Amino acid sequence: MKLDSLLLVEAPEGVELSLRPAGPVPRVLAYGFDLLLRSFAYGFAGIVAGFLGGVGVAFVLIAMFAGEWFYGVLFEQLADGRTPGKRLMGLRVVAENGTPPSWSASVLRNFLLCVDFLPPPFGAGWFACAGGRAFQRIGDHAAGTLVVHDPTPALVPGAPRPAAAAVPLPVPLERDEQRALRELFERSGSLSPARLQELTDLLAPLTGARGRDGLERALGMGADLAREG
Amino acid sequence: MKRDSFVERREPRWRRLEAALESLEQAGRARRRLRRARPAEPAAAREALERLPELYRGVCQDLALARRRLYDAALIERLNRLALAGHHRLYRARVGTRGRTVDFLLRAFPAAVRAEARLVALAHLFFYGPFAAFVAAAWLAPEWVAAVLSDEAMAAMESMYDPSAATFGRASESDVAMFGMYVMNNIGIAFRTFATGIVFGLGSVFFLVFNGVYIGAVFGHLTRFGYGGTLHSFVVGHGAFELTAIVLSGAAGLRLGLALLRPGARTRARALREDARGALVIVAGAGAMLLVAAFVEAFWSSSGFPPRTKYLAGALLWAGVYAWLLLAGRARAPR
Repeated sequence: MKLDSLLLVEAPEGVELSLRPAGPVPRVLAYGFDLLLRSFAYGFAGIVAGFLGGVGVAFVLIAMFAGEWFYGVLFEQLADGRTPGKRLMGLRVVAENGTPPSWSASVLRNFLLCVDFLPPPFGAGWFACAGGRAFQRIGDHAAGTLVVHDPTPALVPGAPRPAAAAVPLPVPLERDEQRALRELFERSGSLSPARLQELTDLLAPLTGARGRDGLERALGMGADLAREG
Repeated sequence: MKRDSFVERREPRWRRLEAALESLEQAGRARRRLRRARPAEPAAAREALERLPELYRGVCQDLALARRRLYDAALIERLNRLALAGHHRLYRARVGTRGRTVDFLLRAFPAAVRAEARLVALAHLFFYGPFAAFVAAAWLAPEWVAAVLSDEAMAAMESMYDPSAATFGRASESDVAMFGMYVMNNIGIAFRTFATGIVFGLGSVFFLVFNGVYIGAVFGHLTRFGYGGTLHSFVVGHGAFELTAIVLSGAAGLRLGLALLRPGARTRARALREDARGALVIVAGAGAMLLVAAFVEAFWSSSGFPPRTKYLAGALLWAGVYAWLLLAGRARAPR
């Protein structure tokens, strides 16, 4: 069972690129910021328009119309998939294969915001996000887009805890298992001692020991794998 | 190959790709903000563009190797980020060419409407059926009309179209304001009629029927009680664009809903994606029609021309709109 929200996309070059879809919370915050920004813009336009009589009224109304329906579209197309709110939260809109979204995809996902919003606030959108693998709301499903974290949160490995001695693997392990062991060693510096102990106790069948001994052996195996690479 | 010597050998290529992407980014920024490019930029960008595919392929290969050999996560993350950036830069969606607006209006949009002929006919039914019913109800069953229109609404409508009103022409300044109002209100309604169609078509049906009922009630009520002259001459002009556009938006929404209800041999997601393209063309055209309608409504409909002129113009517009939708672009091959 995979707990990670990592999406692997295969590029035409045959390599797997990993995307990290963003959950509803950062997206709602980004939307909130965008809404605030738009409200300020409308207010400002209203003040300016107050001096211009009928023409001013038309100007504000058209500006509000354009803002409500096309704000997202314009920023997604011209600003690299990021509205100001998304830029603030470190998010970006991409197509499902990792490329920038097309015009029709942007239009579709933004027009369907009014459907995602119901029942207010964003009931259908939340529900749709909860359902799929990639946190897509109804507009995203229809347009084939994703909202991803970009830049991805940086890995802060810290220095690995030095192992007592490199320990060769007692049995051959699957590729995923090797990677897990190796990453355990690399991240051992940033894990609390209790947590590290808890994790290495899970490896008792492999290391043949528990407690301090098991920890040293597990880290030793990880160091051995790391060194080999 | 050990991890460190791998990095040592391949790092120059990664740096070159980073530099290439950076110079393309700067050139793009210059173009978008219309600032004058610094002298070295265009040449650097061209050079970067030439080398980009090769560098990108190389980095993809390095990423695949790093994943395969289980190198550390930080390295893989770095390479992944670089490859994604290159991928993003290389695989953009196709950019439209300039002559597309004319092609859209004269061929693409009418053709898209004709492609959905059955749904368009259905949308007409959903709108004009209730419309006709409630117009008739003004004579045959006035309590229906009363159920739809509140007393205040009726009074407001009556005062708007009162033939004895002294000033029927608005000041030109408020014409512009009304133009803005019509744009925001009507196009918003049309877009919502389309978007809510994704709920298996129900939203579109609702909006079409609701609008048909309301507009029919107003129409019937005003015509029955003597405001018909002013009303008809006012609306006949822009009605051709406005009503037809609402119907078309509804048809586009029905297309979305139908993609979910009857995807055929495709998954629902794929059906939605494929059909949405045609539906969006229709919505875009409907939006353009509503822009025209707003213009006509604001500046022509309330003008002081004699009713006969307005009826003639209206008849021409109605005929013209349907002729355009039915006939335009038939002979031409798509560009």
